[in-house]
Amino acid sequence: MENNKRKLLTVVTEAALEATLIKDLDRLNAHGYTISDVRGKGSRGVRHADWDLNASIRVEVVCDAATAETIATHLQTHYYDNYAMIMFTSDIFVVRPEKF
Amino acid sequence: MIDPVILFFVLGAVAGLLRSELRLPAAIYEFVTIVLLLAIGLKGGVELARQPFGALAPQLLAVVAMGLLLPLIAFPVLRYLGRLPRADAASIAAHYGSVSVGTFAVAVAYLGSRQIDFEEYMPVLLVALEVPAILVGIVLARGLSRQTQWKSVGHEVFLGKGIVLLLGGLLIGWIAGPDGLASIEPLFVDLFKGFLALFLLEMGLITAAQVGGLRRHGPFLVIFGIAMPLFSALVGTGLGLSLGLSVGGITILATLAASASYIAVPAAMRISVPEANPTLSLAAALGITFPFNVLLGIPIYHALAVWADAFLKG
Repeated sequence: MENNKRKLLTVVTEAALEATLIKDLDRLNAHGYTISDVRGKGSRGVRHADWDLNASIRVEVVCDAATAETIATHLQTHYYDNYAMIMFTSDIFVVRPEKF
Repeated sequence: MIDPVILFFVLGAVAGLLRSELRLPAAIYEFVTIVLLLAIGLKGGVELARQPFGALAPQLLAVVAMGLLLPLIAFPVLRYLGRLPRADAASIAAHYGSVSVGTFAVAVAYLGSRQIDFEEYMPVLLVALEVPAILVGIVLARGLSRQTQWKSVGHEVFLGKGIVLLLGGLLIGWIAGPDGLASIEPLFVDLFKGFLALFLLEMGLITAAQVGGLRRHGPFLVIFGIAMPLFSALVGTGLGLSLGLSVGGITILATLAASASYIAVPAAMRISVPEANPTLSLAAALGITFPFNVLLGIPIYHALAVWADAFLKG
């Protein structure tokens, strides 16, 4: 079971960042990611997702702890100041470890 | 006589201000925008098929020069009179130098319902006006050299939804010509005002949502959001006169100059000048200038064009 331990890194941010973020993830060795359209409220106000600039996305990445750390640090230094972004990690057990 | 499409805008704005649950689904809004952009492109493209492209070169150059000039005038006003941070002043200046396709569409509908003709190649000028201000805005915010990734800026600017659909429509219209387009006219021509009405309904809702941003950022933005389009319209009217456009053409060019972008520029600025606060520029462009232009501006610019034309002819 030890072998199946991974991190789930979840990022909720502005849809405007999607293309940039995908490039970063590929470069930082994420093997894959899942993106969903979401809406909600945070320190930058209600984000209704009713049109482009007001839309938010949730990006989920399953990876090992080191990669999660690298990605989190990168996003924090580059985007925290100017974009609506929150990020959290959780410990998970994956069922097909060879994929991550 | 008030155009019904304007009433749809008012309905959206009132519903939004009263916090109604009304919302156009995002996919529908996107679809309506796509139809409008293509329809505008197609109309201009048909006209391109009728006359040589070279004949348009002077107009194009003049309009691009106007697109570079307007943000350069707006920037110092925002920076020193409005005491805004550099990035915000540059971003708002870019919004006001670029154009709003929605406002253009309303002006076309306004002239159409009064049977006033205008030069049909206006959509070409619309495309030409979208981009220059964005580049000026980025340079104003960043300076010329430092770390601006011009490649990704170029991608964002030239391959954004608006430009691709407008240019695509122009090309399709140009290649197909008036006869070729007859088969798709029911969607893009006959239903144009219906789509415009739905679009304006959602724009009303979006406009109402900007009120919070305006309340926070005070009277300067409100004054700027009305004074800047009036000034730009004067520039546009002058340019239209010197290019020898018809009264309808001058009205459209003044409207183009007066309108502020809320699709292409915000998206480009969010990526290229991320430290600029999007709430400020959108509150001004969408909360003040768009409704001002749609409700009052276009009739004013039309009256101005009539007066200037008569004045010139003595």
